[in-house]
Amino acid sequence: MKDAGDPVEQATIYSREGADEITFLDITATHQKRQPMLEVIKKTAENCFVPLTVGGGIRNISGVTEFLLAGADKVSINSAAIKNPNLIRESSRKFGSQCIVVAIDAKKESNGWNVFINGGRVDTGLDAVEWAKRAEALGAGEILLTSMDKDGTKTGFDLELTSIISNSINIPLIASGGVGSLKDFLDGIKVGGASAVLAASVFHFKEITIREVKNYLKSKNINVRMDNFEKEKYE
Amino acid sequence: MKKIVIIDYGSGNIRSVFNALNNVSNDKAIDLRVSSAIEDIKSASHIILPGVGSFKSCISGLKKTGIHQHLKNIVLENRVPFLGICVGMQMLATKGFENGEFSGLNWIKGEVKKINPNSNKLKIPHMGWNTLKFEKETDFTRKLLKKIKSSPTDEITAYFVHSYNFKIKDESEKIVTTNYGEEITAMVSKENIIGTQFHPEKSHLFGLAFLQTFIEERQV
Repeated sequence: MKDAGDPVEQATIYSREGADEITFLDITATHQKRQPMLEVIKKTAENCFVPLTVGGGIRNISGVTEFLLAGADKVSINSAAIKNPNLIRESSRKFGSQCIVVAIDAKKESNGWNVFINGGRVDTGLDAVEWAKRAEALGAGEILLTSMDKDGTKTGFDLELTSIISNSINIPLIASGGVGSLKDFLDGIKVGGASAVLAASVFHFKEITIREVKNYLKSKNINVRMDNFEKEKYE
Repeated sequence: MKKIVIIDYGSGNIRSVFNALNNVSNDKAIDLRVSSAIEDIKSASHIILPGVGSFKSCISGLKKTGIHQHLKNIVLENRVPFLGICVGMQMLATKGFENGEFSGLNWIKGEVKKINPNSNKLKIPHMGWNTLKFEKETDFTRKLLKKIKSSPTDEITAYFVHSYNFKIKDESEKIVTTNYGEEITAMVSKENIIGTQFHPEKSHLFGLAFLQTFIEERQV
């Protein structure tokens, strides 16, 4: 694993560069790392003034509450939602669907895509499309879909998977896993039908900048938020 | 000395509102606090009323604490600059129709009703960045636009999360709108009272400039 730097500092830079939303996913979350993670959320919320989504290591509703109180605007639930689907219902009723994101890690199997948990290590045997529909019915406000096959390959999103799921649900889908080029972002939206596209490593390792992505998408007639004034203009 | 009070009446998480104001009021001469104490609210130079949750839970929280009675004197008579955010703006209305019918503060006449996008492709809540349309020029919007060196026709975006729309009776109080299947009231204003449906605390540089402009307002 490569270290891409201090999360608070990176988040601040991205929000300045025009990121519409910042997402932290702690894929190796453990109980011991809970406190440092809360610190990261708290510091980021003090420095970034765009929506912040945080996931990793949430086991129950008190975990959701802790993240929200630390300053997250949305909380992403993955393994815990599989083990206890009622957590989606309970937390969306308590805090509103708008802040409950269900993260799905999917991997291609012989007859479709299965949902994997524990950072992609355990096959649940659940069908990813069915699980996405169920998560929506339980009250999820968004689906964050990661293709395990594409993640890290830089060959683009799994467009087949993305489009099947985005056509099966009525809540926004964020596509994740596999971005390597500007065109991959466009395909995720146009072909995959994603409402939003997420990328990590291409930004962390400065292969592509957020501004480049936005300018490119705008040039392809995708409705994106352009900062119409630069930081330097702001007094 | 300025004293900015964010009213805490149990409406949920208001840390992000505090964080954003703390960022723009980074000045020792400004006393920024989150409080539900009447004394603090009475001595405030600027009052911010956030609102997270339903219309009913927010208005009953405000009434239960008795804060609404004091606010009336402070805002309507003493004319202390006031900013309501999201449900904090919706509560300015005459009535709210979220899961029932409830009386609001009635400072700005109108009703808060569920968004009814005519295209079913649009999802409720209206969540995300949307472009603002400046319908009218006020002293406040003039200062704000000057601060961000923009004109009213530039593309300016803000962050929204809501399912209800404040339908204003008097058009002159509707300052900024956005479109989401229907015209959405994004900012209202009447004398010293300002309300925003969008979240300035989550609207990046524009949002910070908005809050900065607000805390520079003076009591008249």
